[in-house]
Parts: sequence; structure tokens; C-alpha cells
Amino acid sequence: MTEPVALIELAGIGKTYANGTVALGGVDAAIREGGLVSLVGPSGCGKSTLLRIVAGLIAPDRGAISWPASGARPSDIGFVFQDATLMPWARVTENVYLPLKLQGIAQDKAMPRVRDALARVGLAEFSDAFPRELSGGMKMRVSIARALVTEPPLLLMDEPFAALDEFTREKLDDDLLGLWLAHRFTTVFVTHSIYESVYLSERVLVMGARPGRILADIAIDAPFPRGRTFRESQAYVETCAKVSAALREGAAI
Amino acid sequence: MNSRFARILVPLLVGIAFLALWEGLVRASGVKPFVLPAPTVIAESLVQNFASLMASLWVTFRVTLAAFLLAVVGGVGLAIVFSQNRLIETALFPYAVALQVTPVISIAPLIIIWVGYDRVEIAVLILAWIVAFFPILSNTTLGLRSADHNLRDLFRLYGANRRQVLTELQLPAALPYILAGMKISGGLALIGAVVAEFVAGSGAATGLAWRIVEAGNRLDIPRMFAALFLLSTLGICIFFALTFLERRLLRHWHESAMRREI
Repeated sequence: MTEPVALIELAGIGKTYANGTVALGGVDAAIREGGLVSLVGPSGCGKSTLLRIVAGLIAPDRGAISWPASGARPSDIGFVFQDATLMPWARVTENVYLPLKLQGIAQDKAMPRVRDALARVGLAEFSDAFPRELSGGMKMRVSIARALVTEPPLLLMDEPFAALDEFTREKLDDDLLGLWLAHRFTTVFVTHSIYESVYLSERVLVMGARPGRILADIAIDAPFPRGRTFRESQAYVETCAKVSAALREGAAI
Repeated sequence: MNSRFARILVPLLVGIAFLALWEGLVRASGVKPFVLPAPTVIAESLVQNFASLMASLWVTFRVTLAAFLLAVVGGVGLAIVFSQNRLIETALFPYAVALQVTPVISIAPLIIIWVGYDRVEIAVLILAWIVAFFPILSNTTLGLRSADHNLRDLFRLYGANRRQVLTELQLPAALPYILAGMKISGGLALIGAVVAEFVAGSGAATGLAWRIVEAGNRLDIPRMFAALFLLSTLGICIFFALTFLERRLLRHWHESAMRREI
């Protein structure tokens, strides 16, 4: 088996904020093309900062980010925030159309793609609704549809389901896995939930705070699709314990 | 008490009771009409002077509306310029504030002299505009800055240009602020127009404010009240028109304009 090519390669990434806080103190990591990786860690460990650096929204002070598989940062990156971050004045369709609109694609040409993205997240009938008419989980689905409408090779998610209730979160985790299995976009998923990180990903990068750094790199071998059987398996419980132990070790230092 | 019905009926009843009390007291006490006319006498004067009062109402309305619309265009326009260029904002904002805090009545004579007594209506327009302009400028400036930060990042991520950020994100996000500014400015434009006419005086202006001055000089107090009544009605209409506009534009998405079911 040949080693898959890394899409993202982080070498010694460091970021210090103006107030002197060291958000990231040298992060090295490689994420393979088509992979699904979680960053898990306590608040303040710089995981969101790292995600924004990958997205190109902020520049690192030290270190370099390279893109071995594609040569450059993909021009299309899907980004999902902790809040759905929808435009409240625009209908669901218009919100999902936004990325294509900003790329200069005419509405009539974009509509089939918008409808397709909404169908994929199960919101086809809600295309004319305004965001305030939707539940928290539905808003998050719109946000995911918006991130996927350009069919990006890379999806970055910053604690996307943290504000949702447990049932909705589990449902959305499964939906995300389904979408990932169908399209295999490289996904970096930031979360502070150990369970979510283990359930979702192929690999969990455990991060520690002050300064933000990677404490452990834990592979999760369970096959996809995962479901209730995996959630209730011994392997799942053991992996959660392993991630939890890595986090505790980091906190003790 | 049912809400919608009560909201109209209760103030109406209070108004009728107040007018009845006024009428009764004036009649019972025998106060002279040039001190306090009874409502019926005012109504009579309104009917008698209907043509001239209506012509004046039209003048005042026209000037107020023009000043208001120019204030919206100027205020929103300048706020957009400010949002695009920090240097221009830093350079000009203090002067916009200075214009605002200087009482309009104190610069009215100057403006009227500059514009000329033969074109008082333009001077009134300028003065009303000065008063109405600032709330829209400051509200829009605030609104353009209040767009969600994550949405801004999203626009950046998709390579949006400045124009797209402005038209697709900043202006829609600023709309509730602009409308709130318009509600304040609508009333202020009328106040500005009235103050300017008072200062212009001497028959050069022909709006409702001048009718009030004129009626006062002649001790025709019923007519003064009639003009006052029309002025208040105009102010109320402006307020309700702008409230209606606000509801229409924001009803789908903004908390302020939503009907709560519970």
C-alpha cells in the first residue's frame, strides 16, 4: 500500500497574538487527501486558530503550510462555523447560493447545484424559508449545504455542532459521515467533544493549551460507515479513554 | 381587551374625552378665543382657511420630504464612503458632528442671508437637511460595521470583492440601523423646516410655520391652532409611514419587526 499524498502539511506553525498570548507554539501535522481528521482539545488550545490558518483567514507568525497534493491552497474551501452564520435577511436558497454568487455564477445556472446541495442535507422543502423559521439543527444543515455547494476538496468545520442538543448532534454527525463517504472531501473537524471526535474521524489530533500544540495523534481504525454498533463497541470506549488520557496528560504538564 | 382594537380605540377615546373637556371648560369659563379657542372654533377656522392652510401644508410637506430624501441619500452615501476609507472618516466625521451639535436656529440667519431672501425655500431645505442628515449618517456608519464577523470571513474565503461585501453583506446588515435613523430624521426634517421658516419670517416663507407666526401677529389664535393641528398631523403621518416601511422591509428577519406568537 502506497502512502497517500498529504493535502495539507503544517511545519512548525506558530501564532502569537498582539497581547502576547501564544496561541500556537509550533504545530507539525500532515493531513492526507480525502481524510477526516478531528482536532480535539480544551478551549484556548488554538484549534480554531489552526483551522483559520489552514483556511488562509489568518497568517501564521512562524512555520509554513504547504499543499503537496494540490500544489497550492484549494481555491474552494468549505467553512462551517460554530453558529450557522446565515444571512438572516436571505431565504435558505439565497444563503446556499452565496458562494456561487460571489464566484460570479449566474443564478439560473447555479440553481440546480443549490437544490442538489439542499437535497443532500435533507432540506429540499425548506428552500424558501427564512433562517429564523428553522430550528438550530436545520440552520446548521443549511450552513453545511452552503459549504458543500461549491463541491470543495476541503471542508473545515469549527465546532459546528457544539451549540446543538445531543440528539441533533448525533444525527448531524451521521449525516456528515454519509456526505463524506459519498464525496470524500478532506475534512478537518474541530471539536471539544472527545466522543464526537472518536466517532467521526479516521484520526484524532489531541491538542493542549498554553502554548497550543499537538499532544497525541490517535488513529481510529473502525470501518465506515459507522453507526450504533460502533458507538456501543468496546473499541469506541477504549479509544475515547485513550483520547481522554492524552488530554489529561497535556493538562498536567 | 383585545390588543389591536384597544391600541386604536383607547387613545381615540382619550382624545375625544380631552376635546370634550376642553370645549366644556372654555364654554363654562368664558375664556376669550384669542387666549384659548374651543375645539369647535378651531375646526371652524380650519374649514374657513382651508385653501390657504392646505397650500401652506403642501409647501411644508414638500420641503420636509425633499430635505428628508436628500438626508437619506447624503447620509447613507457618506456612510458608505466612510466605510470604504478610514482616512476620510477620520478626517470628516468630527465636522459632521460639529454641524449636528450646532443648534440649527443659530445658523439659520446665516444660511438665509447666503441663499438670499428671494429663495427662502432653498434655505429652509438646506436647514432641514442639516438637521435630518446626521442621524442617518451615524446610524448607517454603525450599521455598516455591525455585520457578523464570521460572515465577513466567509465572504473573504470566497474571494468577494469590496463591492460584493458592501452590497451583499454590509448594506443588508445595516438596513435596520438605516431605518431607525430614518425614523428619527423624518421628525427632525419637519422640525428643521419649521425652525427655518420661523427664522426666515416676514412673509418670505409660505409654509405652515409662517401661518403660525402670521396668525400670532394678528392674534388669530384659532387659526394658529388650526395650523398647529395640521403640523402635528403631518409629523404623525411621517412617523407612521416610516414605521410601516420599517415593518415591511424587516418583517421576515429582524427581531424588531416580528410579531411574536407567544
